[in-house]
Amino acid sequence: MSVHIPKNGTIGARTPLIDGFEKVTGKAKYTADMTVSGAYVGRILRSPKAHARIRSIDISKAQALPGVVAIATGEDTPIPFGVLPIAENEFPLAREKVRYRGDPVAAVAAIDERTAEKALRLIVVEYEDLPAYFDPKKAMAPGAEPIHADKPNNVLREVHNEFGDVAAGFAQSDLVRSKTYRFAEVNHAHIEPNASLAEYDPERGYLTIHTTTQVPYYVHLKIARCLQMDTARIRVVKPFLGGGFGARTEALSFEIITALLAVKAQGAVRTLQTREETFISHRGRPAAEINMKIGMMKDGRLTACHAEVIQPGGAYASYGIITILYTGSLLHGLYELPAIKHDAWRVYTNTPPCGAMRGHGTVDARAAFDDLFNVMAAELGIDPFVARQRNLLPHIPYTTQLAQRIMSYGLAECLEKVKKASGWDERRGRMPKGSGLGLGCAHFVSGTTTPKHWTGEPDATVNLKVDFDGSLVVLTGAADIGQGSNTMAAQVVAEVLGVGLKRIRVISADSAVTPKDNGSYSSRVTYMVGNAALHAAGELKQKLVAAAAKRLDAKPEHIVAMDEHFMVAGSQDKGLPFGEVVKAALVETGTITVKGTFFCPDEFKGSKAIKGSAIGATMGFCYSAQVVEAQVDAVTGKVTPKKVWVAVDVGKALNPLAVEGQIQGGVWMGMGQALMEETRFEDGRMLHANFIDYRVPTSEDSPDIEVHIVESLDPNGPFGAKEASEGMLAGFLPAVMDAVYEATGIRPDQLPLSPERMADYFDAKEAAE
Amino acid sequence: MKSILRVTVNGRPREDAVEPNLLLLDYLRDQLGLTGTKQGCDGGECGACTVLVDDRPRLACVTLAHQVAGKRVETIEGLVTNGRMSVLQQAFHEKLGTQCGFCTPGMIMAAEALLRRNPDPTTAEIKTALAGNLCRCTGYVKIVEAVETAAQGRSREAAQ
Ligand code: FES
Ligand code: FES
Repeated sequence: MSVHIPKNGTIGARTPLIDGFEKVTGKAKYTADMTVSGAYVGRILRSPKAHARIRSIDISKAQALPGVVAIATGEDTPIPFGVLPIAENEFPLAREKVRYRGDPVAAVAAIDERTAEKALRLIVVEYEDLPAYFDPKKAMAPGAEPIHADKPNNVLREVHNEFGDVAAGFAQSDLVRSKTYRFAEVNHAHIEPNASLAEYDPERGYLTIHTTTQVPYYVHLKIARCLQMDTARIRVVKPFLGGGFGARTEALSFEIITALLAVKAQGAVRTLQTREETFISHRGRPAAEINMKIGMMKDGRLTACHAEVIQPGGAYASYGIITILYTGSLLHGLYELPAIKHDAWRVYTNTPPCGAMRGHGTVDARAAFDDLFNVMAAELGIDPFVARQRNLLPHIPYTTQLAQRIMSYGLAECLEKVKKASGWDERRGRMPKGSGLGLGCAHFVSGTTTPKHWTGEPDATVNLKVDFDGSLVVLTGAADIGQGSNTMAAQVVAEVLGVGLKRIRVISADSAVTPKDNGSYSSRVTYMVGNAALHAAGELKQKLVAAAAKRLDAKPEHIVAMDEHFMVAGSQDKGLPFGEVVKAALVETGTITVKGTFFCPDEFKGSKAIKGSAIGATMGFCYSAQVVEAQVDAVTGKVTPKKVWVAVDVGKALNPLAVEGQIQGGVWMGMGQALMEETRFEDGRMLHANFIDYRVPTSEDSPDIEVHIVESLDPNGPFGAKEASEGMLAGFLPAVMDAVYEATGIRPDQLPLSPERMADYFDAKEAAE
Repeated sequence: MKSILRVTVNGRPREDAVEPNLLLLDYLRDQLGLTGTKQGCDGGECGACTVLVDDRPRLACVTLAHQVAGKRVETIEGLVTNGRMSVLQQAFHEKLGTQCGFCTPGMIMAAEALLRRNPDPTTAEIKTALAGNLCRCTGYVKIVEAVETAAQGRSREAAQ
């Protein structure tokens, strides 16, 4: 494959979102903005117990309440669901047991909110308490009550992997250090609360659901399975979506419950989840205790690393098996590292289930690695930039020990850019008291090459339609969740066909109309759907070129498409306007719909010989380096980031404006995790279920984030593009930790660096002095 | 018992029968169909529901509909004239002050209120004015840029 070089100026142009007009005018309809007249109100009754057996559920009083239309309990949901086919252990409504405070137990559809609420209060559930675990080490201890019968030790997955000779690596090292880190659990906190609107047509047995999802396809599959419905009679639509960041990459119980209520009520049901319930649905980034050990030579070259990770993942499997594998997969591929050992435990606890969150599983492990790397470089008296330059991958293409094939690698250039932009050489080590600079690097996959539901289908499919009116319609199942995938698809098509964006409409994420897509997760969309769009546009172009060649009496290979015209290359003649070309192409054919697909070649799918190598297998990594400047208040302990310089190798920035936006959002989310965000529970009761107690950074907390784009042109990405929204998040953590060190002499080992935690560090430092 | 609410919404005088405990947010969204105003939290935490009441920003989710009797209420829909975006909306669109768009209506209304009372705000003043409006997508960098761009655009417009 050779990289397509854009010629028409659409790719690479700063392009506002094609649906931005709707967003800034209030016209954009999100799920909660949609109504159907006569829709019932759906509400969910949740467990007040962290771990208990359900003795009985009495719905008779609720059922007798006028205005109640349907009530569902675990009896209606005998089939469990879960995002990984090998670990489906969550019931839409609990059966026999509840496993966290907030586990759905029953649900009601009623004529209005008040009646639904009242009905919930009339449902009587008797519980028998079981020992509940919030600390993974207690959950794993011998004799602990199993949260799931098939895992008597409460360990969902244990991972033990070794690549190269780790013991020998440590033995030959000039410096070996280890450090234990504690990272708090965090939540996506997307601003749009969860919501579903399900309509059931009992005459034909059709179910249509509008819902807040990043993966309509999974919702489709899970509703069909849990409700035992024919997939052909289900339609899933994702309207405008108010963010996701991974929370919505699996079907969630409220969606399946809403569908169930609609079927039971034989009508339409709308379930609007509160902010508290949205927090309870969770699927956030799990807490992690990481013991990181690294070996280094005197010159800073890495010899070996050993990471031990314990991850309490909440009450159900969700993505857990993948999340825990990811804590090891991206120890590979950033630097040259000859030997890697990875031991990890994913443990069930009686808290809301964790899932996938931006940088899935890799963030805390990468942060621990890069922090210890900074610590050791300092101990050896080597500048962090120099130390990293000494550990760059030696050649490209490069194959990691996990069988990841790296075809493009812009890390060296990223380092150069942020070093210069931040004035590192002049300023580091000379910062005023209480201020510091720090460096962190990270990378992330551009889509996972091994989808969770293997079907043998292409990794992406895009349809492209052109009709008598000269309009182009891109049909894609890809879910635009705010990242701008609709705009990306339109740009790709416009570039290939030499037309303006206004000629193109994108219709996305409606299973009745658009081809199936695997969804918006693992930063796969630009890479895979972009490639499928490129293919589709190429297919259509061939047909249009043939028609134009005939009309212009030229050879097809001499036709070029630009400025909404097809013309003979080098000719003075302006050629045929696009509309004319379309009319010519439609003769004897009619409306043309072409299909573009993309398959990830097998050589990018990891190695069958290596256990777990499917996780972290990708066609291209995005690389990043960032410098954070921070100030620490010695009295209050508040860490204030003053500025961030970040450089990201995105392969090719198809839309530099959107790429900047994604990068800023990613860095900023890392900042929230590093400085303030943390879920908190007391006996399994959520203490943070609102935006006051779960504090995300406000505009006043947020620094300028200066973005430098590096383009390494990945040979397989569309126009050379790779992902641009996850691979910079993790770098903020070690960078700010190093900045705090320069500012205070404190080497943090726990995040977030809240004022309280910093005060503890200051106290400990004082006591030691 | 419902009683009559007289209020001007986006320039149009209205008379509606409204429950005494109906929130302004639900009045706008459910009764008037103005779904541009969003609900992002369980009350007063996120700013997504920000509207203007007599030019001042107000959280519609913690305001009763009857509290705005006799006043002028403006929502995101009201900033559009003849189908055209306002200078501020245009700036949010072009500078990518919006990604998922869910915080955007509230954010724009808060920024609109700022620019009405302070046409030439500093970066710090913009950040302070928007501190009650959470955005989870942008990191606020491009939001601040959008407001700065709009302030310049508006002063140019005023000069003409
Ligand atoms: S909806 Fe969050 S403050 Fe009003
Ligand atoms: S643009 Fe998504 S929350 Fe602000």
